[in-house]
Amino acid sequence: MIPLDFSFFTYYYSLILVATGTTILGATAGAIGVFAVLRKQSLLGDVVSHAALPGIALAFLITKNSHPITLMIGGSFAGILATGLTMLVARTTTLKMDTILGIMLSVFFGFGLVLITIIQKHSYAQQTMLNTFIFGNAATLLACDIYYMIIVALIVLGCLTLWYKELMLVTFDPSFAHTLGYSTIFFEIVMTILLIMTIVIGLQTVGVILMSAMIIAPAAAGQQWTNRLHSMIFIAAFIGGLCGTTGSIISNFCDHLPTGPTIVILLSIIVLFSFTYSYKKR
Amino acid sequence: MQMIIIHILAIASLASIACSLLGTFLMLRGVALMSDAISHAVLPGIVVMFLIVQSLESPLLIVGASLAGLATVLSTEYIIQTKRLKKDAAIGFVFPLFFSIGIILICKYAQTVHLDTDMVILGELAFCPFNRLIIFGIDYGPCALWSMGAIALLNSLFVFVCYKELAISTFDPILADILQFRPRLMHYLLMTLTSITAVGAFNIVGSIVVVTLMLAPPATAYLLTNRLLNVLLLSCIIGIASTFFGYFIAHYADVSIAGAIATANGLIFFCTFLLPFNNQYLNKI
Repeated sequence: MIPLDFSFFTYYYSLILVATGTTILGATAGAIGVFAVLRKQSLLGDVVSHAALPGIALAFLITKNSHPITLMIGGSFAGILATGLTMLVARTTTLKMDTILGIMLSVFFGFGLVLITIIQKHSYAQQTMLNTFIFGNAATLLACDIYYMIIVALIVLGCLTLWYKELMLVTFDPSFAHTLGYSTIFFEIVMTILLIMTIVIGLQTVGVILMSAMIIAPAAAGQQWTNRLHSMIFIAAFIGGLCGTTGSIISNFCDHLPTGPTIVILLSIIVLFSFTYSYKKR
Repeated sequence: MQMIIIHILAIASLASIACSLLGTFLMLRGVALMSDAISHAVLPGIVVMFLIVQSLESPLLIVGASLAGLATVLSTEYIIQTKRLKKDAAIGFVFPLFFSIGIILICKYAQTVHLDTDMVILGELAFCPFNRLIIFGIDYGPCALWSMGAIALLNSLFVFVCYKELAISTFDPILADILQFRPRLMHYLLMTLTSITAVGAFNIVGSIVVVTLMLAPPATAYLLTNRLLNVLLLSCIIGIASTFFGYFIAHYADVSIAGAIATANGLIFFCTFLLPFNNQYLNKI
């Protein structure tokens, strides 16, 4: 038996937490991001990230506690509402999809700002909450946050494994899926909900603006190396997780390097490298 | 009515006009989310320019921001053109990268300075009337009124002078190219002005509500009419109406003015959407 030296774990406890959290987040976001990017819904992730703010604020206002699960439920509801409204407006008017996304994103966020100023009048949580929302607070992750991330990751993994063939079919050939009797709507909703859950749990770590990158960049890199869906998912998850780990470690040991932006820069380096040096036939 | 309220309403209305004019074309060209990307990605431009000139008041900050905005657009388009990524993924990849660079630069080199990312994200309309333009001891009024007024004027001039070029390059870019109406020049002018407007409006409404001001009034107008000139004029009117509506909500409920303006825009958009007689309502449900 090799005697384990536990002082390593206690000294680097918070780093290990942050690294684990960002790795899990990176891998989950990368995996679900592949589907978002392939379905041309990359910016839906951006919309959901911004739209979650009023949900989180409302959850806080109603329940008066800032428990991560409560906030996550609130954020998810807001994300689902935003997505639903987007689809509704898209199907019934001639407005282009990106205009609708832009409107939902900014209007929901603006409403979130209104709610935040209401919160501000009753407590001092406003400033921290908004800062956390925008920039993330990877450095102050707690063990319970990691557990929630693991739960979400397992749910995403479970759904992707269980329904892999159906999700692949609905992504690439929805008409065929429909003729086979699969409910396209059901699987689209599944993918959207998985995306929303991942985003909302990741908002606490990297913040709104960088969550987009966590979803899109690993998938973008994965797309450059392979045409096969399962390889793309593995590559994206691997890149996401790798950058999460490396980013948190680098950010821990270098001064004045916040975790979120460091991870995004590493992701971008890998994406640009993939653009230049991949040998996939196009 | 107090002077302050008039100033606030004037500044916000000018911002709304400036944004709606450009936003109409952004919406019609299908590059609406470029406005979101630009408003986030100008951060590194501001930071770099700040590090060079070491002053927060310098007008060069706007130049830096516009360059960053242009750089974002150029990089995104380059990536799209190499066909490595589709349009939406390219946008969603480039602007977080720029934004992250901006944040890291702030954290590393400017952390003692109050570069106030809150101001950039949220804006603070209520403080604008207090930031006055004083030349040789004469108080000309709020700075924001002059800067936003200048930007609104610039955008109006652009739309007025280049109306034909803009219209043709928006609706039929190939024809525009053939007839040498300079569609690419129009495109880059539009993007540069969007960056300038976005930076000008940061102090007023913050970078995300700028996107509302750019997209919601034109979209609402487009639900009601599809003639370009009418969309332009109607979006200005709707924008101003939403601004007033939003301001009064904020005033009586004591909430963020920028947020209330965004919410008001959203409510007006949604009400228009629900109206049975907007002529674009296609009843597909």
